[in-house]
Amino acid sequence: MKEKDILDAIKKIVTPYTQRKEGLENFSKETDFIKDLEVNSANLVDVILDVEDKFDIEIDNDSMEGMLTVGDAKNIIERKLASA
Amino acid sequence: MKKRVVITGMGVVAPNAVGLDDFEDALRKGTSGIRFEEELQRLKFSCQIAGKPQISEEKIAEYFTPLQLRGLNSSGIIYGVIAGTDAWKDAKLKIEENEAPDWNSGIVFGTGILGVDKFREGIYLIDAGKTRRLGSTTVMQTMASGISAYLGGKLGCGNQVTTNSSACTTGTEALLMGFERIIAGKAKRMLVGSCSDHGPYVWGPFDAMRILPAKYNENPSEASRPMSASAAGFVPGSGAGALVLEDYESAKARGAKIYAEVLGGVVNSGGQRGGGSMTAANSEAVVKCIEEAVHFSGISADEIDAINGHLTATTRDGLEIENWKKALKREDFPYINSLKGMTGHCLAASGSIECVASVLQMDKNFIFGNVNCEDLNPEISDLISEEKVPRETLKKPVKILAKSSFGFGDVNAVVIFKKVME
Repeated sequence: MKEKDILDAIKKIVTPYTQRKEGLENFSKETDFIKDLEVNSANLVDVILDVEDKFDIEIDNDSMEGMLTVGDAKNIIERKLASA
Repeated sequence: MKKRVVITGMGVVAPNAVGLDDFEDALRKGTSGIRFEEELQRLKFSCQIAGKPQISEEKIAEYFTPLQLRGLNSSGIIYGVIAGTDAWKDAKLKIEENEAPDWNSGIVFGTGILGVDKFREGIYLIDAGKTRRLGSTTVMQTMASGISAYLGGKLGCGNQVTTNSSACTTGTEALLMGFERIIAGKAKRMLVGSCSDHGPYVWGPFDAMRILPAKYNENPSEASRPMSASAAGFVPGSGAGALVLEDYESAKARGAKIYAEVLGGVVNSGGQRGGGSMTAANSEAVVKCIEEAVHFSGISADEIDAINGHLTATTRDGLEIENWKKALKREDFPYINSLKGMTGHCLAASGSIECVASVLQMDKNFIFGNVNCEDLNPEISDLISEEKVPRETLKKPVKILAKSSFGFGDVNAVVIFKKVME
């Protein structure tokens, strides 16, 4: 899967949880889920579940903890897809 | 000077109508909200009928954010948020996205059990070893105080925000808790009410107790028969009712519409002694609850124009009338009616829905007729004059109304409302 496709998918998943909509305008690998998008920290687990469903992968707790930015999420998804 | 508490807004989600206008219309016409439920037939319930509010997905979407709608599977929260928000708006109070909460406004919104369908989802996932798939909202959709929490966040209330629970007394108790908080000077405004989930997991245990009517599956609207000789048990219901209680001075200052004044009320328990049990009321406690409610309200029993009873359509309806008669000690009994003929017994939501019905009668000068009571129970006609149990809606001013609710655990609540003459 191309990097752009993964980023687009993440953007689509995270949109309903985003409280700061301006954060979506310059959505990039550097975008921070909590700081830039103001995703409620409790909702991060829901973002993970949606990512799991979309890519048919499983993200363990350790991987989740390192998932602060969109780039982190993309890396984790790519790694899981490669090992699947 | 002693504080006065008035009702300045109401909202209702009942099996026979959603919203005040439709509810008033349903009350006047005696519209039934009892329907056959295919799901209950499939699950082999004896009683396959129930009262469930009719709400479209579009309507629900008006009250919840798209994010809140994801995985929302708690009918009590849906009913409670709609009724609570409607009451707030009806009181012409704003819903603002301000930084600071409104320190003067609080919530007491009760329930019996909340989010059972969500809880069931969770149980299946947990038992399958998929706990991590529950998502983040299972907690708030299933905690009892989920309903006050959802409303508290929506309205930005900064005073006490809590949930009470006392079975079928819950709604009326919530009203009295809010009343007391305002009287104590601790809040200016309290949104009070209650909600009850729908569905087989809420209603099943009552079906198992064999206290629901089993012979009306083909004619649901005739099943709930309070005070009738052929009363065969209560029909389970669901929904929510909500009222905004407000300090009189504050209500006057902002020019709010005043539906009625809450004069006072009492909650007590029969201690499951002296004829009382887990499921039956101790009559002495009921009589005491009524007497004290009248006393604390500073009125005489003769001033009560109408009673909205608990009257669930079981064999114990006659006993409730007898208790009222003992407590009021009057020559002529007030008019009495029961909403449950139209809605069934909305359990934890019944008290608040019936308080809304009671106050609507006072505001609009009518007494709704008792449905399915053509054959008044002779136990009751031996006690009071038949005309006091109207079978058709009467056009009449109601200055003072008494409302009762009783619940499992032998708990009672009685509240007295008064029309405010400007």
